[in-house]
Amino acid sequence: MITALDQDRALERARDAASAVVDPELPMLTLADLGVLRDVSVGEDGAVVAAITPTYSGCPAMAAMRDDLVRELRAAGFADARVRVVLEPAWTTDWITPAGRAALAAAGISPPGPAPRRSGPVPLRLTPTRRAVRCPRCGSDDVVVGSEFGSTACKALYRCQACLEPFEHVKEI
Amino acid sequence: MPDVRTHEPDDHDSAYSGLLVNDAHWAFGTDFEDPLAGVDTTVPDGVDPATLATYCLMLGDDALVLSQRLGEWCSNAPDLEEDIALSNIALDLLGQARLLLARAAAADASQVPALPDGSPVPDEDRLAYFRDAQQFRNVRLAEVANGDFAQTIVRILLFSSWRLALLDRLSRSRDAVLAAVAAKGVKELTYHRDFAGRWFLTLARGTEESRRRLLAGLAELWPYWSELFETYDVERAAALSGVGVDPADVAAEVEAVLDQVLSASGVDRPVLPSPTGAREHTGHKGRDGVHTEALTELLAELQVVARAHPRGQW
Repeated sequence: MITALDQDRALERARDAASAVVDPELPMLTLADLGVLRDVSVGEDGAVVAAITPTYSGCPAMAAMRDDLVRELRAAGFADARVRVVLEPAWTTDWITPAGRAALAAAGISPPGPAPRRSGPVPLRLTPTRRAVRCPRCGSDDVVVGSEFGSTACKALYRCQACLEPFEHVKEI
Repeated sequence: MPDVRTHEPDDHDSAYSGLLVNDAHWAFGTDFEDPLAGVDTTVPDGVDPATLATYCLMLGDDALVLSQRLGEWCSNAPDLEEDIALSNIALDLLGQARLLLARAAAADASQVPALPDGSPVPDEDRLAYFRDAQQFRNVRLAEVANGDFAQTIVRILLFSSWRLALLDRLSRSRDAVLAAVAAKGVKELTYHRDFAGRWFLTLARGTEESRRRLLAGLAELWPYWSELFETYDVERAAALSGVGVDPADVAAEVEAVLDQVLSASGVDRPVLPSPTGAREHTGHKGRDGVHTEALTELLAELQVVARAHPRGQW
C-alpha cells in the first residue's frame, strides 16, 4: 500500500532525478534550467512520466533527452519511466531560469534578452536585429553580429570589438 | 547499469566538459522516437480524418521538399555563415515536416504506405520515403532545382512569406496538434523571412552582377507564385471545418510583405500572372500530385537508401 507521503517522496525523488539531466548540446544547462522539462508526475502504480517540449521543431536532441531522462529515472529506482512530448505552448527563451542564464554566461555564451511580443501580423525586419548584448568575456557592449545563425538552431554568432573574441548569443524566441 | 561517470566536472575548464560526465548522451541510433508521444491526436468533432490528413500532408510535403533543396547547400554555400544559415533553415523545415507527416498518419492511417511485416520504419518516415512523386502534395515552388545563391534567397523569401502568414492563422486551428505545430513554426519562419528579405535587399542593392542574378532568380520562380494562393478542394474543406486555412485568404497580407521588400530593394514586381488575377484552382499542379521532373530527381536521392532497406533501423 502506497501512502500519500510515500507518493510525495517518490515525486520529489523523480523530480530531482529528472531535473539533474543536462541538455545534450548545452551541457552546462539542465533540461529544467532550459525550460524544456515541463512536468514530472508519479502515478499510484509508481510509474513516472516526464514531459518535455522541443526548443525548435527540428531539434535533433529529443531522442537523446528522452533516453537520458529514462536512464536517470531508472537509476533513481523508477523501473517504469516514460517521456511524453508537449507541443503547446511553444518553447520560449523566457523559460530559461536565472540559474540557466548564469550558467550560459559562465560558459561564455551570452544569454537571451526578453522574447519578442506582438499583436497582429508578424512584422518584417529588413535591418539587423537590435539586441542589448554584452560580451560574456569582457563585458563590453561594443559587439557586432557576425551571423544570425550558429552551431545550434538557438544561437547567433557575435564578435566583441573590445577584446576581439567571438562568442555565441542565445536568440530570443 | 554501468557507471560511466569517470570525470570530475572541474577536471576541465572547457564549457563542454559536461559532455564527458556521462558518455551515454551519445547513444544515438538505438531507437526511433515518436515525435507525438503522449500527444492527444484525436480528430476534432465534425472533421473528416482523410481531409485533415491530406491537408497535413500538403503542408508537410511543402516543408520536406524545400528542406531537401536547402540541404543540398550544405558545404556548398558561398561562405560558412550562409552555409550554416541555410542548414539551420532546412532543419527547422524538416522538423515541421516530421510533425506534420506524423500528424497526418495519426489522423488517417490508410494514407501511410504499407511496408513488409516487422519493418520498424515509423509512419512519418514511411510517408517521406515510400510515396512516389504523384503522391506528394507540395507546391511546385518547393521542388524547382537549385540555381545560384540569389535564386535560393528569392525562393526562401517567397516561400517563408507565404507560409508564415498561413501558419500564423493556422495557430488558431480547431485541431490542437496542427495549431501547436503552426504556432511553433511561426517563430521559425519569422527569422527565415527576415534572413531572405535582408539578403534580397543586399543583392538588389549590391553589384550589377548580384542584382542581375537576383532578378534572374525572381523571373525563374515567379511563374510558381500564383499557385501558392490557389485554393485546392482539400484546403477549402479543411478551412470550412475550422482546421485549415484557405490560402486565398492570406494573399493580400503576403503581397503587402513582398511589396515592402521589392520597394526597399528597388525591384519591380514581375509582370507574369500574380494572385491578384484568377485564384480558382485550375488543376494539374503540385497539390494535385502533378509535379515537374525536378521532384522525381529529388525524391530519388532522398529515398534511395530507405527503399533499399525497408526493414532498416538506424
